[in-house]
Amino acid sequence: MNLPVLILLPLLTAVVILLMRNATQVKWAALAGAAAQFVLAFALLFAFRSERAAGNEAQMLFELQYNWFPAWHISFHLGVDGISVAMILLTSFVVIAGVLVSWNVEKMTKEFYFLLILLSLGAYGFFMSLDLFILFFFLEIAVIPKYLLIGIWGSGKKEYAANKLALMLMGGSALVLVGLLGAYFGSPTKTFDLMTLSQLNIPVSVQHICFPLLFVGFGVFTALFPFHTWVPDGHSSAPTAGSMFLAGISMKLGGYGCLRVATYIMPDGAKEYANIIIVLSAIAILYGAFATMMQKDLKYINAYSSVSHCGFVLLGIGMLTKTAMTGAVMQMVSHGLMTALFFAVIGMIYERTHTRQVNEMGGLLKVMPFITTVLFIVGLCSLGLPGLSGFVAEMTVFMGSWQNTDAFHRIATIAACMSIVVTAVYILRAIGQTAMGPLKAGYENLTDATWNEKAAAIILIAGIVAIGVAPFWLNDLVSPATEIIMKKLAAVTAGM
Amino acid sequence: MLNEFLILMKSELVLCCIIFLLLFIKVGTDMTNERLVPLVQVLLLVNVVASFIFNQEGTLFGGLFTTNALMAFQKSILSIGIYLISLLFADWLKKSEHMPEFFILMLSAVLGMFFMISSGSLLMFFLALELSTIPVAAMANFDLEKKLSSEAAMKMILSSAFSSGILLFGISLIYGATGTINFAEIPALLDGSPLQILAFVFLFTAFAFKLSIVPFHLWTADVYEGSPVAVTSFLSVISKGSIAFILLTTLYKVFAPMQEIWYNMVMLLSVITMIVGNLFALRQQNIKRFLAFSSIAQVGFILVGLSSNSPHGTASVVYFILIYIFSNLAAFGVAGAISQQTGKERIDDFKGLYQTNPFISWVLALALFSLAGIPPTAGFFGKLFLITAGASKGNYFFITVAALNLIVSLYYYLRIIRAVFMDKNDQPIEKIILLPATKLGMLICGAGIILTGLLSWVYDYITSLTM
Repeated sequence: MNLPVLILLPLLTAVVILLMRNATQVKWAALAGAAAQFVLAFALLFAFRSERAAGNEAQMLFELQYNWFPAWHISFHLGVDGISVAMILLTSFVVIAGVLVSWNVEKMTKEFYFLLILLSLGAYGFFMSLDLFILFFFLEIAVIPKYLLIGIWGSGKKEYAANKLALMLMGGSALVLVGLLGAYFGSPTKTFDLMTLSQLNIPVSVQHICFPLLFVGFGVFTALFPFHTWVPDGHSSAPTAGSMFLAGISMKLGGYGCLRVATYIMPDGAKEYANIIIVLSAIAILYGAFATMMQKDLKYINAYSSVSHCGFVLLGIGMLTKTAMTGAVMQMVSHGLMTALFFAVIGMIYERTHTRQVNEMGGLLKVMPFITTVLFIVGLCSLGLPGLSGFVAEMTVFMGSWQNTDAFHRIATIAACMSIVVTAVYILRAIGQTAMGPLKAGYENLTDATWNEKAAAIILIAGIVAIGVAPFWLNDLVSPATEIIMKKLAAVTAGM
Repeated sequence: MLNEFLILMKSELVLCCIIFLLLFIKVGTDMTNERLVPLVQVLLLVNVVASFIFNQEGTLFGGLFTTNALMAFQKSILSIGIYLISLLFADWLKKSEHMPEFFILMLSAVLGMFFMISSGSLLMFFLALELSTIPVAAMANFDLEKKLSSEAAMKMILSSAFSSGILLFGISLIYGATGTINFAEIPALLDGSPLQILAFVFLFTAFAFKLSIVPFHLWTADVYEGSPVAVTSFLSVISKGSIAFILLTTLYKVFAPMQEIWYNMVMLLSVITMIVGNLFALRQQNIKRFLAFSSIAQVGFILVGLSSNSPHGTASVVYFILIYIFSNLAAFGVAGAISQQTGKERIDDFKGLYQTNPFISWVLALALFSLAGIPPTAGFFGKLFLITAGASKGNYFFITVAALNLIVSLYYYLRIIRAVFMDKNDQPIEKIILLPATKLGMLICGAGIILTGLLSWVYDYITSLTM
């Protein structure tokens, strides 16, 4: 499997979109591109599995390295392990669903799809890069599309939200940058190569300075408390596909970075600060859940619940056990699919009712059965119903957390568990008010989902159910990779 | 001897030929601007091409004039810059009554910069600096009927005279302390005595004036605002670039023994310059003033890379200036085209620009994202390498300040992006008609902004020159 294809394909799609003459051609080109990405992601999954089945035990598969700026020892180094493959699959799901959902965008269609596809390019590159410089490059490449998508096609306080998001994420990247430079100049060999850096032992003093920089920097992306404030504004102002990308992919960049970069190359730092991470993520989980209870706007509900759910990712990383880390990755995939679907459904409802206020809706099940059924499914997934992906991921995180036997970890775990109850309250209330009860006046003539909306929903639901019913394939994919990170952490403990 | 002279001073001679040719045309013929502007553009293109070929290393006139591959490349960068200016502002030039004089003055200033880059002694350096300053003051006055333009020229000439005085004083102190003005001999004689430090401070102050490093930046905004856009762009890009190049030589070669002393100075000034430039840029309403303050902040970033005192520092500064030329000229080109056709220079006037002028909106967006350092534009690589070079001393406080300043600068660049793409306006700027030359200039800038970053061999080439 040739990894650069996954970067070149979105690039090619973007160029083709620019050459198209009218909106219809643009849409079909974007859909074709997204479908090709989808196929490629699956091809990657099967190629990866067959390599592993054939006994290839290398940490990274399909590695590839070109020199790029040799003066700084930067190379275009790509490679994937189980975690990357899982994240790439997630990206391809969200991209195709995002393209399908935005079929009705009429304002500057060409620019819209161009930026959307550019965003996916950044995500693929990020998940595949094994060189910290290009990782950072791909992390930042998404700033322009995100800013413009929210600012131009958004709703509500869109300019404010776009500015806040761009500046906060830029702040996160600035911290990441300083942390990366610390790793570069602090390591015995000057290199940005992730694999080399992980073999070297970066001095403990450097790790203690740079780990928090890296972790907080990536943490901003994944709504680490107290840097989560861009999430509600950004998500609720973005257009539907924009919210899907932000919550489904962009927030996952942060979680992946925390795990792959911060924790992997600086295990001493991770040990040192694990307790702080746990406290912060437990706060995020509970605070996010309680804040959601007070929301009346469907998009705000999902945005705050994203803060809560992404807290589980960081909690899983902070627990420093293999099961919890595997759970964190599964939570990233699960939450990515779930939240993308949630935003898609909200977008479908909003397009018809022109409101997102829960108390202005009611009885929608009668006029749009398909959309409301999807809303039920995604709501149940969010509150952790067995058989859907949310349950599997959160359960794995809890089990991994419980493996730490001391009181501190136990209390944090119990606190995080309690959020599930709160989640059930707000989800059921929101769905109940929207879907059940008497149909509000003026909504009698609403239509159900169109073909493209149905296709988007079905694709995402397929992903959610696939993880929920058969979690082992994701677990088998991810756990060898987390085991390597754990070995690195265990080596630190042994050396202490 | 003659052959050596011809080859080593090739870039300067080509410029001289163009200057005299223009002089003869102005005096002897009555060619219209319509035909003359394309001719000048072709001549400047020839100049760019010529600057890349037959480059040799050597010294002339007993060490007064030196040249090597790096200096030749620095001259090429400046040549590209003036070629782009001649393209981007073609419309303004064609309507200008005194077009040939404009080019004669500009090329004389560039000639001064070339000599400055190649200078081997403080005497030569001073002469060249004067040659590169005085014509620019005349250029600042080129909008003859505008009061602001004359005011700009006056401010420029006063501050230049002042800084020249300080520079001369510094030079005389150096001569007093070491007994030589030769770049090659000075380093061995430096021992960090208070007199030498004083001399260095005076010398550096003069540089700081020209580069508009805070607190010597006060002339910048007024001069930028008053001058015609073409002159402003020349001042902020070409003039700044050439001073940064000579600052590299001065700090890294001549004052290398005193680097402990100048490192702290450069670091402090860099931090102040970035912060002040950024904070002032936040509130500007006039696009030219805005770009003036943003260019002050950019100079702060150049100082970050400059502080590293290593081949990496040289390479990253030269690389950044190459990128800066493309990005800043693109921004000025758009501002110039709009101001030329509509007279509008306020940022609020840019609201809704995308609805009427998608092409120049994208050029402006690319330029601003490059200035802000967002990938995939080249500005990202330029800024990152400057910061990486600066980090090599292990001073994380400094680097953190620089990185945080990136956020502030993003905020004000986004202000313009927001006005152009998002804000609504009942009377947006009407469709701007671009001359083919201007369009070509913008395309070159756009290609430069994207390709200089992604094609790593540009940076490799510069690195190979500095080793």
